Amino acid sequence: MSRIQAEQVKHVAHLARLAVTEEEVEMFTEQLDKIITFAEQLNELDTTGVEPTTHVLDMKNVLREDKADKGLPVEEVLKNAPDHEDGQIRVPSIIE
Amino acid sequence: MSLFDHKMSELHTMLRNKEVKVSDLVDESYRRIAEVDGKVKAFVTLDEEKARAYAAELDDALGSEGDRGLLFGMPIGVKDNIVTKNLRTTCSSRILENFDPIYDATVVKKLRDAQAITIGKLNMDEFAMGSSTENSAFQETKNPWNLETVPGGSSGGSAAAVAAGEVPFSLGSDTGGSIRQPAAFCGVVGLKPTYGRVSRFGLVAFASSLDQIGPVTRTVEDNAYLLQTITGVDPMDSTSANVEVPDFLSSLTGDVKGLKIAVPKEYLGEGVQEEVKQSVLDALKVLEGLGATWEEVSLPHSKYALATYYLISSSEASANLARFDGVRYGYRTDNAETLLEMYKQTRSEGFGDEVKRRIMLGTFALSSGYYDAYYKKAQQVRTLIKQDFEKVFESYDVIIGPTTPTPAFKIGENTKDPLTMYANDILTIPVNLAGVPGISVPCGFKDGLPLGLQIIGKHFDESTVYRVAHAFEQATDYHTQKPTL
Repeated sequence: MSRIQAEQVKHVAHLARLAVTEEEVEMFTEQLDKIITFAEQLNELDTTGVEPTTHVLDMKNVLREDKADKGLPVEEVLKNAPDHEDGQIRVPSIIE
Repeated sequence: MSLFDHKMSELHTMLRNKEVKVSDLVDESYRRIAEVDGKVKAFVTLDEEKARAYAAELDDALGSEGDRGLLFGMPIGVKDNIVTKNLRTTCSSRILENFDPIYDATVVKKLRDAQAITIGKLNMDEFAMGSSTENSAFQETKNPWNLETVPGGSSGGSAAAVAAGEVPFSLGSDTGGSIRQPAAFCGVVGLKPTYGRVSRFGLVAFASSLDQIGPVTRTVEDNAYLLQTITGVDPMDSTSANVEVPDFLSSLTGDVKGLKIAVPKEYLGEGVQEEVKQSVLDALKVLEGLGATWEEVSLPHSKYALATYYLISSSEASANLARFDGVRYGYRTDNAETLLEMYKQTRSEGFGDEVKRRIMLGTFALSSGYYDAYYKKAQQVRTLIKQDFEKVFESYDVIIGPTTPTPAFKIGENTKDPLTMYANDILTIPVNLAGVPGISVPCGFKDGLPLGLQIIGKHFDESTVYRVAHAFEQATDYHTQKPTL
C-alpha cells in the first residue's frame, strides 16, 4: 500500500500554503510516495541514543546586546513590495 | 588566445605593466558573452552599463594609486541567489522575477571592496534545487563541452560561464554538491568551503545548515585567491565561524610528499561508471608519483546520505521559503480575493514543480506525527555520517574519490524521475552533511565530457585540500583543455 495518500498531499499543500490542482495532487502523491519510501531506508539503522546533529559548528546560542538600532529606510523597504500605500504594505482585507 | 587563458596573477601583472586595461578585460567578457551565450545561456542578467563605467573608472585609477589587490579590475559572474544591490536577483524563479535587492551580500561587498567587477548574474536551478539547471524558470543552461548535455546544477550557470570563457571567475553556492558537481561536468575547479568559512549573509537560503558560497575558477590558484577574498567572520551572519584565516596561497607548493590519502570503497562502488573509477585510480597514481600514499577506507553510512539529505534540506527549505508569500516583495497573484488565497495562489504560480515538491516533502517531514520518524531520524543519521568522516580524518589528511558517478547526462534524461536525478549528488552530499570542505578538479574525459576528482578535507583545512588539488593540477593538463564553441 502507498505510504502517501492524496488526502495527505492536499493537507500538506494547505499547511505549506500551496494551491494544488487535482493533476498536481496525483503527480505529487506518486512522487512523494516514492521519495518517502526511499527515505524509510533510514529505519535500517539503530539510532537509539544517537544525538541529532542540527548544525555542524560547535556553537551555542548567539546573542547580541538588546539595543535599538535604526531600521531600513521605508522607501527602500517598499521598493519591492507588490502593493503599498502611505508607507505601508497593502494586502487583501482580513476582517470584513 | 583569450585573455582569460591567463591566471588571475598573470592578468594582475599585465594590468600593472599596462599591457592591458581593465576595460579590455570587461570587453573580453561581454564580447565572449555576445559570441557564445546565445548557445550556452549561462547568464540571466547582465550589468553591462555599470560594469563598463566602473572599468573606465578603474582604468583612470591605474598607475595613480599604491599597491592593489589581485582582484582589482577582475571580471566576475555571480550566481543569481546571491543578492546584489540594485542588480536584479531572481534565484531563477518567477516569484523573484522583478526583485531588486536593496543591499549587497557580504561576499559581494568583499568583491566590491577588492575592486572586482560584477559582469552579471548566473542561471541556476530555481532556489538552488536541482542537479542540472533544468529547473530554472527562465532558461536551460547548456554544457559548453556538448550543448546536448546539462552543465550540472544548481550552479550550472556559474560553471558553464567559466568553462565557456565568458568570465574567468564566478561564485556559486553548494548545498549538496551544487558547486562541485557542475564544476566536474564543465571541467573547471569548484570549491565548497567548510561550513562557516564564508558568510551566508545575502545568500537566499535554501537549507541553512548546509548552504555555503564558494568559488568556481579555471585553476586552483585562482580559486584560492577568490576564497581568500570572500572568507572571514561576519557580524551579519552568526553562523560564520570566528576562526583563523590562513594564507591559502602559501599551501600551493606542489609538494604532497608523505601525505596520507583515504579512498572510501563506497565512492568507487556500485553506480559509479568504470571510466570514472579509472580516472580516480589514475589520479591516485599521479599523487603517488608525487610522494603521497593512499589506502582504501570505509565511510559505512554513505548509502544513507541521500535520504538524510533530502529530509533535512527539504525541511529547512520549507521553513526558509515560507517568506515568499507575495506580501513584502516578489511576485503577487492577481487572482485572489482573500489573504489565504493570495498566499496560496502566489506561491503556486510563483514556484516551479521541483520547489513545490521539496516544500511539500519538508512540510510533511516536519508535520505532527511524522517529525520523529523522518526529521529527527535524519538528524541522528547525520551524526553517524559526520562521525564516519571524523574517524577517517584521525588517520588521513584528505579523502579522495570521484565528484560524480557519471559525466554530464543528456538534457531531459532525468527530469521525469526525481530520485534518479537526486542520485547524481550521491558523492557530494555527505560532505555537506559533515560540513567539511571539498573541491572538484578536472581529472579526465569520457566521450569528450570532463570528469571531476573530489578532494575532501578536515574542518577548516582548505589549505590541505588546495595543496593536493594544486599538486595534481600541476602534474596534469586536464585544466588547460577548453571546449570548442
